[in-house]
Amino acid sequence: MVQYLHPPLDLSFAALSDATRRGIIDQLGRGDASITSLADKFQMTLTGMKKHVQVLERAGLVVTQKVGRVRTCKLGKRGLKAEAEWIETHRKLFEARFETLDEIINEMKQEGSGD
Amino acid sequence: MTEQVDGAGGAQNRTSVERRGDRELVVTRTFDAPASTVYRAWSQPELFQRWWVPKSVPGISLVSCDMDVRTGGKYRLEFSAGGSDTMAFYGRYLEVVPNERIIWTNDEGEEGAVTTVTFEDQGGRTLLTFHEVYPSKEALEEELQGSAVALPEQLEQLDELLSSTGE
Repeated sequence: MVQYLHPPLDLSFAALSDATRRGIIDQLGRGDASITSLADKFQMTLTGMKKHVQVLERAGLVVTQKVGRVRTCKLGKRGLKAEAEWIETHRKLFEARFETLDEIINEMKQEGSGD
Repeated sequence: MTEQVDGAGGAQNRTSVERRGDRELVVTRTFDAPASTVYRAWSQPELFQRWWVPKSVPGISLVSCDMDVRTGGKYRLEFSAGGSDTMAFYGRYLEVVPNERIIWTNDEGEEGAVTTVTFEDQGGRTLLTFHEVYPSKEALEEELQGSAVALPEQLEQLDELLSSTGE
């Protein structure tokens, strides 16, 4: 599949290159969670989880908010609806391709090459 | 989200895209031409390269396109996003049945998908199905996450383009 890499996106790619971080995005897609509960779920130390969340936060995939002593994580704008976006993105891409393919096919038909 | 787009010639041919199961992407579209014509437009490099990279995606171009479309043949496409960086996509054709189907591998990544495109003649029209199967759920997730982050920004302008086609 065609993907275009641009410097601002490198952060996101780096953020998502790690299976645990993809798991965290997945988890937050099902509901907000505190750092503590995420650490429990992924069986890691609080410090380890904080690091992962920081990477995701820098990429804009996760936002966190501290209320009292609990830091809650939720999906940032970019992490939302990744799947729906993915489908939509592919639809746009193929739609654009097929628009042009229609034109080419029409040319071919006019050349009498459509048998 | 399901705006109808007029194809060339005013045909109402919708592109449908769905994720099937954990590991598959399926795209379907009908064309107003016999399967042999649609197959040629897909299998001849000089035609293929005219439509595979949408003209409307800003700054992306295909700098080379080698396709030896036969069972056992190879292909290699190189894209440029401006600047000197190019990105290559390449693989092998596992099976080619002229006017019916083409199956190829995607070897540029660690866990590449296998892609099948079929051309089904329906009384002078053609149902095209593009079917990508990833080796694992994780491989598809990776693709999903990567392109969901990378592509929308690239393709935003397509919205305008597509909604303004057909006058």
